[in-house]
Amino acid sequence: MDAVARHRIRVSGVPDGQPIVFAHGYGCDQHMWRLVAPHFEDAYRVITFDHVGAGGSDLASYDPERHGSLQGYADDVLAIVHELGLEDVVLVGHSVSAMVAVLAAVAEPDRFDKLVLVGPSPRYIDDEGYTGGFSEADITELLGSLDSNYLGWSAAIAPAIMGNADRQELGAELTESFCRTDPEIARRFAHVTFLSDNRADLAGVTVPTLVVQCRDDIIAPVAVGEYVRDAIAGAELVVLDATGHCPHLSAPEATTAAIAAFVGR
Amino acid sequence: MGAPPVAGDDEAFHEALRRDDPELLYDRAPCAYLSTTPDGTIVRVNETFLAWTGHRREDLVGRRRFVDLLPVGDRIYHETHYAPTLRMQGTAREIALEVVCADGRRLPVLVNSVLDRDEDGTPVAIRTAAFDATERRRYEREMLATMRRAEESEARALQLAQTLQQTLIPPAPPHIPGLDVAAAYRPAGDGRHVGGDFYDVFQVATDDWVVVLGDVQGKGAEAAVVTALARHTVRAAAVDHASPSDTLRVFDQVLRRAETERFCTVVLVRLRRRDGVWRATVACGGHPRPLLRRPGRRPEPVGEHGSLIGLLSEVRFTDTEVTLGPGDALVLFTDGVTEARQRRGTLYGSGRLEDVVDEHRGSAADVTEAILAAVMTYQRDDARDDIAVVTVAVDGSPAA
Repeated sequence: MDAVARHRIRVSGVPDGQPIVFAHGYGCDQHMWRLVAPHFEDAYRVITFDHVGAGGSDLASYDPERHGSLQGYADDVLAIVHELGLEDVVLVGHSVSAMVAVLAAVAEPDRFDKLVLVGPSPRYIDDEGYTGGFSEADITELLGSLDSNYLGWSAAIAPAIMGNADRQELGAELTESFCRTDPEIARRFAHVTFLSDNRADLAGVTVPTLVVQCRDDIIAPVAVGEYVRDAIAGAELVVLDATGHCPHLSAPEATTAAIAAFVGR
Repeated sequence: MGAPPVAGDDEAFHEALRRDDPELLYDRAPCAYLSTTPDGTIVRVNETFLAWTGHRREDLVGRRRFVDLLPVGDRIYHETHYAPTLRMQGTAREIALEVVCADGRRLPVLVNSVLDRDEDGTPVAIRTAAFDATERRRYEREMLATMRRAEESEARALQLAQTLQQTLIPPAPPHIPGLDVAAAYRPAGDGRHVGGDFYDVFQVATDDWVVVLGDVQGKGAEAAVVTALARHTVRAAAVDHASPSDTLRVFDQVLRRAETERFCTVVLVRLRRRDGVWRATVACGGHPRPLLRRPGRRPEPVGEHGSLIGLLSEVRFTDTEVTLGPGDALVLFTDGVTEARQRRGTLYGSGRLEDVVDEHRGSAADVTEAILAAVMTYQRDDARDDIAVVTVAVDGSPAA
């Protein structure tokens, strides 16, 4: 299966325009970009996709070994870039995909023109001299939280629990809904994401980079955004007056403006 | 306009409804209920929520966000899944979370939220209902644990089966000077189960070898036990009994005394070289006869049918001796080859097998692999039975 089908890639905008690729973060899929990506269709070739295991991706393509590290996800992004023959790529990565973008740009710097990292975190767990925001116990608790919602996600089991007519409709809705993730893959992806440590990779980035950060984000606090800016040579930081981990959803205009100002230079 | 005339219970019901003003409906609802700004700051909360969690209204309203009341793991889940879903779909339903109560206790809840927007589509408020899910969560955890245990036990069983299978089939046939030996084995279906086919090639003395190939009835661990018994018994008996039919007789007695209902079919070939010439003695126990292929001639079965092993009180086995010259080959196979079947179609049969053996006159590996490939293609890569093939060919071209 080719990358286009594997990742349910969608291409829009100007066919021969500069490509801008939007990579979604943990817990959701490419729909996360729907309030931002369309604004770039006038001038860019816009590409969105689902990571394997998320949204409408081909679940059978999930490989526990390949996807057991963020490098595997970066290799997926490079495969997309190669298959579509993209050059001078602007790569926008949210959350965990910010580090996926970093790894892709370190591997093949010539392919990329600019990086935009939205809510990046090179390491979520606190370390000596580093505040990531979480402890290892917190991540264990996250996995428990995923388990709590496991049955809710599991469309096959869902109708059996409630046993009423309404449930069947809900099951269908969940199955087709945005942010759909295979529960077992979500567990593994959580491990890979929240236990990753990519601090050492930041110094390898040679592509012009913008860090976009919410003023109040419990997953990637401002201090982490500042750390990323300082670790990547020449990187800039924009702090949005927004809360939460998804400014492209909670403050789409400001997020769009920040990205447009940077990539339009 | 007055109320419609009602009587009895109906009247009491309507009276209760009239007294149930909206404030009471909200505050004393049988679910927790709270409203927040789009960024999650609590602006209103009902009595039920306060009673369940022990929080005071003045500590929450205008001071805390909903996400602040969750344990860390749920906060991550909230930010990465729940909040995006709510933003994009306008609703999020049956999200399992825990609320940290005032005393630190945790209340498992199922949460439904809706996002209200104004006329321009700008988010204005989030309304959230939370249901006590303590019992349900316990039930789901047990269910999940049971499912995980089942998956683990299945994985262990699979690993055991595959490990066992590896011990039953030699990784590669031994090298016999002057002979070219090749073997192929393919378990049925997806290979998850231990099959009943086996083969073995071993040396008894100088220029004296035994090739055995068989099929134990059934599959799984018990078939594997009989397979192991077959290999060991045949090896031991072959040392004391020069004749293959005597070896089969010993194996039959051992299997009949063994505590198993399983029976088995076997073909046994003893290969001895004297004065530079290989002689093969073939004995069959209820097994398809091997094919003998000589240069310039179509392959044909060799040997005589014998009794099934481990089933009958009286058995009959016969030794058939043939001389193998340069270019001659013996092909041993299990019924997974000849009885391969297309969906609702005919059996692969001995005719097609003989054709393949006739057409591939290269190395032993060449004809062995050709048989396996042809049979797999014939049944469209869906093997219902195990397949085992062993080919023994005499090196060299036939004398001119």
